[in-house]
Amino acid sequence: MTASAERSATEAWTPSALQVERLAYRRGQARRSTLVAVASTVALTGVAVLALTSSPGWPRVRQSFFDPDVALLALPRVLEGLWLNLRVMAVCAVVILVVALALAIARTLRGPVFFPLRAAATAYVDVFRGLPLILVLLLVGFGLPGLRLQGIPTQAVVLGGLALVLTYSAYVAEVFRAGIESVHPSQVAAARSLGLTRAQTMRTVVLPQAVRRVVPALLNDLVALQKDSGLISILGAIDAVRAAQIQTSVHANFTPYVVAGFLFVLLTIPLTRVTEALSRRSGWLGATAGVAGAGPLR
Amino acid sequence: MSATDGGGPLLSIRGVRKAFGSTVVLDGIDLDVDAHRCVVLIGASGSGKSTLLRTVDLLEEVDDGVILLEGEDITDPRQDADAVRARMGMVFQSFNLFPHMRVLDNVTLASRLVHKVPRPQAEERATAILERVGLAAKARAFPDELSGGQQQRVAIARSLVSSPRLMLLDEVTSALDPELVGEVLDLLVELKAEGMTMVVATHEMGFARHVADEVCFLHAGRVHERGTPEQVLGDPQQERTRDFLRRLG
Ligand SMILES: Nc1ncnc2c1ncn2[C@@H]1O[C@H](COP(=O)(O)OP(=O)(O)OP(=O)(O)O)[C@@H](O)[C@H]1O
Ligand SMILES: [Mg+2]
Repeated sequence: MTASAERSATEAWTPSALQVERLAYRRGQARRSTLVAVASTVALTGVAVLALTSSPGWPRVRQSFFDPDVALLALPRVLEGLWLNLRVMAVCAVVILVVALALAIARTLRGPVFFPLRAAATAYVDVFRGLPLILVLLLVGFGLPGLRLQGIPTQAVVLGGLALVLTYSAYVAEVFRAGIESVHPSQVAAARSLGLTRAQTMRTVVLPQAVRRVVPALLNDLVALQKDSGLISILGAIDAVRAAQIQTSVHANFTPYVVAGFLFVLLTIPLTRVTEALSRRSGWLGATAGVAGAGPLR
Repeated sequence: MSATDGGGPLLSIRGVRKAFGSTVVLDGIDLDVDAHRCVVLIGASGSGKSTLLRTVDLLEEVDDGVILLEGEDITDPRQDADAVRARMGMVFQSFNLFPHMRVLDNVTLASRLVHKVPRPQAEERATAILERVGLAAKARAFPDELSGGQQQRVAIARSLVSSPRLMLLDEVTSALDPELVGEVLDLLVELKAEGMTMVVATHEMGFARHVADEVCFLHAGRVHERGTPEQVLGDPQQERTRDFLRRLG
């Protein structure tokens, strides 16, 4: 419910018998729904587990993919690797957001002075959206150090991160651009009619709305980035994937891969919940409701 | 009100032409608006009322002709268009409030960014204006928590905040339910009484009759007939005008 402002007027109010009855009915319905949900979940999970465990190859698969002892032994190393993934992801995500936003804005600039900027941004997006990430990784990872230039980093993590930034900035720039274009021109007209400049309009009216709208898409890219951060293992950085690979050969057992996979999934879930909560905030998406009264339907 | 009262009209539109592709929307419009006067534009849908208001607010470029605001040619490309727009207030049919900002921030935005008023002063003034339109209690609300009439009154407050010389109002009640129209029109009547200069596009003939100093009927890209509300609405001379008014019923 969003109608919080009107509450004070109803101080002396006690619900009528009808309302009490309605509330009781709704509570009953809610309890029933919970029970049904629990029952169907248990039943479905049961069937899935049964199907898996009763398959002829299950004992062998369990031994080589779901060995608890191996999992426990491998966990610290995989976690250590995952910490690297997390740091790479966090740093890259920030850089990507900044670069992508700059690219997206560059593509909206008008006027002849900005032509080179606009053209460069467009070319950049075209190139790096088309190149497979793995190629960028290999080119940057092995090509850049080969130049033997002063000041060029040589650590695998940095080069890997750079490749991720190059590729993802191009994608995220397009996400931002779509968001910018989704803001209705009448919003721009309203801002300009107040005397705001083009830049002020972009900063205070267009971008805030554009960014809010693309948050789900950005989150999606963030999850993808989290997974693709595993690719820096190609360059030799010891991340979760590489650590799992090492542990797999140490124990001659595939369980560490399952451990790594499980951890990656665990990481993405809170991210999704955070955006869902954000998008429910009043004034966050705006425009969707239009006028008062859309509350319960939102 | 105006510091440079040279005696001429506040707004003067001379031979303004505007086409979109091959559609000629404005085909040589002439219109003068004296200070403190209210000019109402009427005309069929598509007759160019919105386009005319948008060209005055420099949201569209004219193809020909000049628009003078306080004697200054604002269609001159050397003009600082942003500064010109800041001298006028425009209110749209669809409110166009900024949905991600609270009511108070919607109203203070122009003061803070365009006129560089510090936030406390800007909010003080905005609160006074919201009070004026009867919505001080909604300052902390988001636009989508307001009714249509309330949203439109906020939009009017937002355009009033920088003390515009001229208000351009484009069918500000046509997106509203009938019972909400009154509260917005009442506000406009008060603004007029306070001496605001207004150009209003509207289908509300009752409003035109009571508030307008001059009514202009737009047809075929020109001001087809003009005069006092009694003349144009009560005793139209042109066949087209009669047709239009008859269709309104
Ligand atoms: N940006 C645009 N591009 C192309 N055509 C346009 C554009 N804006 C307006 N037009 C056309 O110009 C004509 C006049 O439109 P305008 O909105 O000014 O009419 P109006 O008198 O305000 O009508 P209404 O009463 O329906 O609001 C219409 O035929 C419309 O299709
Ligand atoms: Mg219109």
